[in-house]
This record gives sequence, C-alpha cells and structure tokens, in this order.
Amino acid sequence: MLYREAGQFKSSYAEDQALFPIRQDRYGMLVLLAIAFVGVPLFASDYWLTAILVPFLVFSLAALGLNILTGYAGQLSLGTAAFMAVGAFAAYNFELRVPGLPVLVSFVLAGLVAALVGIAFGLPSLRIRGFYLAVATLAAQFFIPWLLVKVSWFSNYSASGVITTQPIEILGFVFDSPTRKYLLVLAIVCVLALAAKNLVRSSIGRAWMAVRDMDVAAEVIGIRIVRAKLIAFAVSSFYCGIAGALYAYAYLGSVEPDGFNLDLSFRILFMIIIGGVGSILGSFLGAAFITVLPIFLDVLLTDGAHLFNLSLPAGVTSMAQLVVFGGLIIFFLIVEPHGLARLWQIAKEKLRLWPFPH
Amino acid sequence: MTFFFEVLIGGLLAGVMYSLVALGFVLIYKASGVFNFAQGAMVFFAALTFVGVQEQFGLSFWPAFAVALGAMVLLGVLTEKIVLRPLVNQPQITLFMVTIGLAFFIEGLAQLVWGTNVYPLNLGIRDEPIEAILENFDMVISRFDLVAALVAGVLVAVLAVFFQVTKIGRALRAVADDHQAALSVGIPLKTIWAIVWSVAGFVALVAGLMWGARNGVQFALTFVALKALPVLILGGFASVLGAVVGGLIIGALEKLAAVYIDPPIRGGIESWFAYVAALLFLLVRPEGLFGERRIDRV
Amino acid sequence: MKPLRAIAALLLAVAAGALSTQVIAQAAGTQFIGITGYRVGPYGPNGAAFFTGFIDYLELVNQRDGGVNGVKLSWEECETEYNTAKGLECYERLKTRTATGPTAIHPMSTGITYGLLDKAPEDKIPLITLGYGRTDAVDGRVFPWVFPILSNYWSAATGIVNFIGEQEGGLAKLKGKKIVLLYHDSAYGKEPHPVLEAEAKKHGFDLVMVPVPHPGNEQQSQWLQIRRERPDWVILWGWGVMNATALKTAQKVGPPRDKMAGNWRAGPEIETEAAGAAAANENNTARQTRAGTDFPVVQDVLKHVYASGKGGNKSLVGTVLWNRGMAAAMITVEAVRTAQAKYGKKPMSGAQVRWGLENLNLDQKRLDQLGFGSMIPTLAVSCTDHEGSGLVRFQQWDGKRWKTASQWMSGDRALVKKMVQESAAQYAKEKGIKPACLKG
Repeated sequence: MLYREAGQFKSSYAEDQALFPIRQDRYGMLVLLAIAFVGVPLFASDYWLTAILVPFLVFSLAALGLNILTGYAGQLSLGTAAFMAVGAFAAYNFELRVPGLPVLVSFVLAGLVAALVGIAFGLPSLRIRGFYLAVATLAAQFFIPWLLVKVSWFSNYSASGVITTQPIEILGFVFDSPTRKYLLVLAIVCVLALAAKNLVRSSIGRAWMAVRDMDVAAEVIGIRIVRAKLIAFAVSSFYCGIAGALYAYAYLGSVEPDGFNLDLSFRILFMIIIGGVGSILGSFLGAAFITVLPIFLDVLLTDGAHLFNLSLPAGVTSMAQLVVFGGLIIFFLIVEPHGLARLWQIAKEKLRLWPFPH
Repeated sequence: MTFFFEVLIGGLLAGVMYSLVALGFVLIYKASGVFNFAQGAMVFFAALTFVGVQEQFGLSFWPAFAVALGAMVLLGVLTEKIVLRPLVNQPQITLFMVTIGLAFFIEGLAQLVWGTNVYPLNLGIRDEPIEAILENFDMVISRFDLVAALVAGVLVAVLAVFFQVTKIGRALRAVADDHQAALSVGIPLKTIWAIVWSVAGFVALVAGLMWGARNGVQFALTFVALKALPVLILGGFASVLGAVVGGLIIGALEKLAAVYIDPPIRGGIESWFAYVAALLFLLVRPEGLFGERRIDRV
Repeated sequence: MKPLRAIAALLLAVAAGALSTQVIAQAAGTQFIGITGYRVGPYGPNGAAFFTGFIDYLELVNQRDGGVNGVKLSWEECETEYNTAKGLECYERLKTRTATGPTAIHPMSTGITYGLLDKAPEDKIPLITLGYGRTDAVDGRVFPWVFPILSNYWSAATGIVNFIGEQEGGLAKLKGKKIVLLYHDSAYGKEPHPVLEAEAKKHGFDLVMVPVPHPGNEQQSQWLQIRRERPDWVILWGWGVMNATALKTAQKVGPPRDKMAGNWRAGPEIETEAAGAAAANENNTARQTRAGTDFPVVQDVLKHVYASGKGGNKSLVGTVLWNRGMAAAMITVEAVRTAQAKYGKKPMSGAQVRWGLENLNLDQKRLDQLGFGSMIPTLAVSCTDHEGSGLVRFQQWDGKRWKTASQWMSGDRALVKKMVQESAAQYAKEKGIKPACLKG
C-alpha cells in the first residue's frame, strides 16, 4: 500500500533507465539526503558526528570500494586497509610537498595513486583465483604498511612514522569543526556513491558481473577479462584511497601505518558481507552496522552492569564483546547470507501489499 | 658458510612449526572445502585450555591433554552442528566469512574463561642449543626445535596412515572428492565433518602446545595462523604433503632473507616476505606446489 | 519471515541502545575520570595489569580517604584494544560524559597519544603519557596539554647507555664497544633511534639496530644475527610477546644475557615469567616504578580495597605494571588535589587539572606521606619541564621477581634537553604554534 508502484508508467527509455524508477524511492532518497545534509548537522551532538557519523561515512566509502571489487567483479581481497593507507599517505605528501594544492585535488590524486598501486597488486588476479588470490592480497596488506614505515620520506621523517594531517581548507574556508568535517565527508561520499551506482550499471559494470559469475564464459562472449579485472582493482583502490585520505584528514587527524592493519581490512570485509555483497546500499547498511555495533555492545554491557548494580570485573566486558560480535556475525550469515540489503528488498516487497495482504 | 647452514637449518625447523599450524587448515579444506580462518583461534583456545586446566586443577600432562582434546572435539562438533550445517551449499566466501566470525567468538570465549594472563608452558624439553653440534660445528641448533620437527613428522605420518588405511579415512577422501557422490554411496556426511573438525582440533592442540611452550600461551598465538597462510598457498590448500614441504620452503626462505636482506636495507622484512615469495611462486604455478590443476568448462 | 523479524528486532535494539548511550549519567558532584584502557588483544595482559592498578588506587582513595578533599572519584573504562581508531572513539565518548570532562587521559599507547595530540588542546583535556608517547612534549611551551611525566623514551634510552657505561667502568670505556638495539618495529620501537644514534656518535660505540616485526613471536633470525655480531651489550626495546620470545631465543642462541638491558616496557613479570628459567638472573630493565608489595600504599590497597572485595585482581598486586598503574592514578589524583588548592574543593575541569599537573610537586616527604616511598622518583613538573624527573632505576630478575640493581640515575640530560627543544621547535614551526606558557 505504502510502496505501491501501480499507476507509475514509464513513457520513455530515459525514465525506464532512471536511477530510482519508483516515485517513493525518489522521494525517500530526497528526504534522506535532506535529513543528512540539514537535519543531522542541526541536531547531532559532537560525539555523534565525530565518533559515529564520520567514521560511518568513511567506512561506507571503503566498503563501497571493496564491494566493487569483491561484490561486482568477484575478486576477494583482504588488503583494503593497505590501499586506504596509500590514500592517506599520498594525500599527506601531496599537501606537504606541493604548496597551495587544494585539498580536494590532493584527495583525488591520492585516489589515483591508490588506483595505480591497486593495479600493481591486481596483476596476480590474472593468474590466481579464489582463496589463493585472497591470501595473495595479504601480501599487499603486509607489504604496504611496512614500506610506509620503512621509507621515512613518506612520513616526512617523523621518528615514529606517525603523520599529522594538515588542516582541510577549500577556497579559504576551513573545515575544522565536527559539523563541517561531517558535511565535507558526506558530500564526497554522496558524489562517489552516485558515481558507483552508475558505474555498475554501465557496460564495464556488466562486464564485471559477467567475470564474477564465470570468467571463462565471459571471455567466450568477448569480454576482455584482463581489462575488466584491472579496472575493477583500479576503481576499487581509488575509492579505498579516498576513504583512507578522509579517514586520516576528517576522522583521526593523525595516523600511523600500523593503524591500517589486517583487522581494519577484515572489518571492511565484514561490512560488505553483512550489508550485502554486490549492493551499493549494502555497503552503507553494513558500514552502519559494524560501526555502531561495537560501541553499542560496549555501552550496553557497561551500562547494563551499572544498571543492575553488578560490578563485572573490568575486562570481562571487553571479552564478552568479542564473543557477541563473533556470534552475531555467525548468526547473520546463517540467517541471511545475502546481507541487510536483501532484507531491505524483502521488506519492500512486503510493504507493497501491507497492510492489506490480499 | 657455517652461518649459512645454521640459518638454513634454523629456518627449516621454524618451517616445521608453520607446517604444524597449516596442517589444520588443510584437513578442513580437504574434507569440506571450507577455508577455516578460525584455525589460529583454535590453536590459541586449545593451548589456553590445556594450561588453564593445568593451573586451575593441578592436572599433570596427560589428563590435561585429554581435557583439552575433549574441549576441542566438543568445539569441532558444535561448530559443525551450529555453524556449518545451516550453511551447506552456500558460496565458499560465505563459509570463509563465517569462520572469521568464529575466530572472534573463540578468541573472546577463551579469554573469558581463562583470563588474559600469559601462562608459561613447560613441556620439559629445554629450549637450548645441542652442545655436541655447538662444539663441533659452531652451529646453534635447538633441541626443542628438533623435537618439534619430530612431532610434526609423526603427526603427518599418523594422518597419512589414517587417510590411506582406515575406513573413516577413505570416507574422508571420498567426501573431499565429491560431496554428492559420497552421500549417494551412503557415507554419513555429518559424521565425517564432525570427525574432521575434531581431528583439526587435535592438530590445533599439538600446534598450540609446541608454540605455547616456546613463547608462553597468550593471545599472540592467534597470529601464528598468519604465518601458515603463505605456507598454504605455496603448498596447495588441499595437500598434507604440500603443507609440510611448503612450510620447509617458507621457513628457510624467510630466515635466510631476514639474515641476508634485513641488514643492508635496515628493516625487518619477515612480516611480508613469505607472502611475496608465495605470491611470486603462484604466478608461475597458480595451483600451488601440490594443488590440483583446475579445468574450467563453460 | 522469521529471520526477518529476528534481525529487525535486533536492529531496533541496537538503535535504541545507541540512542540511550548518553542517558545514564554519572553520579553528580564527583570527579569523573575517563579511562581509555585495553585488556584484550595481543597487548591485553599488559593493559590489564596497568589499569587494574590504576582503578585499585582510585578505589583506595574513595574507600580510605572518602575521595579527594571530600570530592568522590568516579570513573569509566572504555576498551581501546590498543587500537588508535578505537582509542579516539573512546576519548570522544568519555569526553562528553560529564560537565567537567574526563579529568586527564592516560592513552597508554603511542599511537593513541599521537591521535589525541591535536584534539586534547581543543577540548582542554590534559594527556598524561607516563613514560611513552611523544618525547618532545617535555617542552610545555609547545605542548601545554601533554605531560610525559617521570621519564620519557629518550631519558630512558640515555639512562640505559649510562647504566651500561657504569657496568663497563665509565662512559669512556664505551668507545669501540658494540651495542645492539633489538626493537619492536613500530612507532614505539623507533622513538629512541635519534637519541641513541647521537649517543653512539658521542661516546664512539657501534650501534647495530635489529628490528623485530609485530608481534614478535619469531626471532630466530634476529638472534642469529646478534650472535654473529657478537655485541657487548643488547638493548631490548620490546613490548608484549616480543619480550618473552627475546629472552627465550637469547637462551637458545646464547649471547650473554647479563649484558642485556631493557626499557620499562621490556620487562613486565607476565612475559618474563612466561620465559621461565630463561630469564633468571640475567637481564636488567630500566624503569621508573619499582615492583614489589613492600610499600605502605600497596598494603593499604590490600587492606581497604581487596579485603572488602572491591579489588581488581589480587594476582597482579605488586607487579611492575600494576604498580605503574597505581603511580599513574596517584599522579592524576595529586594533580586534582593541587588544582583544588587553587580553585576550591569541587570537581576540577580539564583546564584546572592541567594547571595542577603543571604545578605538581612531589618531594620525598610527600611521597612518603602517600605511602609510595621509593616506588617512583621525586617529581617537580614545570612549564618548561613536563617530564618532572627523568630518572630511571635498574632492576634485575632473580627468577621470581624483580630486584633493584641500581640507584635512581639520570640519562644524558643535556643531550636530551637539546634534542627535545630542537624537535619541539620544529613541531611548533610546522604547526604554527607560538611557544608560550599557559596561564591559570
């Protein structure tokens, strides 16, 4: 009832090809964007902005990047964090060494550098598949942070390899408060998400999916596998690189190569699995879930213990958190292996009839 | 030259320790096609349970070993029942992810039960250089490493016999070849999987004891699994022999590289060298040393 | 339908919980102390000991003294897993808990310290980095909000060099000697490099640096290398499992272990014990807090806190890191007390605690009063010297516990001071900070 598409006719190809062919989706999206751009900055506290919303957006972007590679092109990667590290350090060095370079330009350049590195580490995918490839991407995961620590030029000879980012300034406007940083990240993420949505519907997107579903068959029908795979690696790393730059500039303000470790890669992989492999929406849902869940569990366990006047031995909560986190991931995969995005689809189908199911 | 051989032998022996961990991965992959990322967590859990019951109840070696083995079998059976059975026929990546979740779960559980303390573990084997070799050849070869190599050798032999000779072993190989066909000739798939996970638990326990005796039983044991991954891609996911040979190659290469490449570039390359080496090897032979060549059909 | 419902319910619960995070307020009128701790992960055992000591001391102040001048202490611990991003998240969470903020933050991680370096001044929250973190923060004119109290990495590193010199019979004897630095290949492990290189040049010894990749549970090749180098001394700059492995491998490969010296993070009991017999009688570590239970304050904790069942973990009492946690808590509490003398007996804000820290003066008399005696050296913090002490003391492991092996001794103060000032000045230039002492 609420989500009825009867009566909405499409009279041109353009309408049929629209991003959101259904009216409710279109309006829903507009409302969502309005809330994100206007409502949230007005009402959210600094804590929400800095500790939840900004990381959520940054991780969404990284998850989007990984989803392009894994979800659409079918190449499993465990090296996402390394490409983020490339982006973060590249942006830092562009800002440092090219005086007066606009920050946005450095972000894009950082993304391009990450894309190049991505292509280099994507080359083995032409020969290796499946888990062998996944483990091979670990080479990137361990090698890149090591290199960033080793060559201290990357961190401007800081003794410990830690870099502190420069202030974000665009046309004289300084993005220093949490609200401003949030708006900047939001804008970048929106643009890139839109681009991704269109990309996966284009011919290269269809080529990716063909390669994912069966590469030999794709080759037989004339898709250039080499090109498709390498572009997937490049685009994916570009997204991850920009996510890394934002992670450093808008979220942490100061990063070290060791921060981009395997745990971070796994976290992003979890996001796309829980959100939905091969779904743009899923990247966002998964990022939201994985960002909020640990915070929620932490607070729940701590406050829950306070509430019932139990004094849990400190540390027990941390361990319980690990157990619940692992348990929930198992639970999710068993209950809905296609992720939250699939649930949203089911929900939409239900809403089509609800509340009059017959 | 002595130094070269000293490092080489040390590397080969370290490689055996990697193989011990890699074996667990291979067993499960062979039988159920699951790339079990939780193997590292299982190693940790097994070793922690062992020292935990020793500490708490003052058990001696064998009873504690039995308790820990019991816990691992229970863990294996439960994993099969609760986690894997509902996920039959799901893509491999889903199964892989679920084992990452499992790894978190086990790590948390182990520390919840036994605490985060570092436990010393003494197996009664002194980790000291063998004097005869030290005196005659000026080479440091640890007695402990030799024992570990011996244990790994025995373990591989036992597993090989188990797979080749026993009825269960044959069933395991049948399952590994083709689930459907195995089911249709009356092999109980569920039982087989439970057995495989238990055996992997046993291997994890042995690996955990060896590694724990070296460094103390603590969370860092879970990182040992990361050392086993390059061994796996080098040796092939589904080959017991590959795990052993791969371990030897990776161990030797890694130590030699650390000694001869580290000082000139002033950096520790051990963290990634094994991966890059394995990666380069894969470019030449994509299915690993002993993996089966895949034939694609449209 | 069923899975859909289950997950929907779960999501709802998550959302509701997230929204309610700020509902539960802390008891009003207390001095709230935010703790960014870690008890899980590879470095969890170390964190557990430190933060148990920290909280035990806070509990002691509440139980025995009824708070600080009548202001009760309250606290909350947030798990960082020694992970920088998580640490910052915890910081943001703790910051907004009460009107007075989290008092002062002990990041207990070099990475988190760096992450907070820019944020803390904005939020007016002091950072206490007890012997770790950014070394040049000693210069309070450039880093008014950061307090590397006791002794920083550079003081410790030069202290170790002095100790080695003393053992060899004078610093002049170091000429031509070979010293290996075995370090954790991370931000933390690289911190002493510049000062040790300067020392090597000054005293004419040969410095060989051997990195150990994280987490350091494989060191065979490193020690074979050390064996080939045949060094006179080995400096161990480790953390976590690396220490145990280092001691064990040292025994296997066999260089002289009474010629090993480490910094404070290189020798908590847990790891040394894990190394078992390997460690017996054979290494020295520099530290600013002494281990042991024979201090009045430790007895007080046992009497007032553990006897009433409020203690954290009795097996940790008296260990190096537990004592260190106690000392860290004591410094925080004393900073609050100092601030109260100026601003009145009520909960102190971050800015007021900062003043308290900068004017903290703990002479031997005061330390004795507090029951700490000689657990830590005397402290006098000032704007130009946020370190306040710089003294270290060496202890030796006798197979069961740590025994003191030297008096309090300092490193090369002049050299450290010069390097600190250079480094701080460069940082100030990069960041556009005008070095100046903060008032009030």
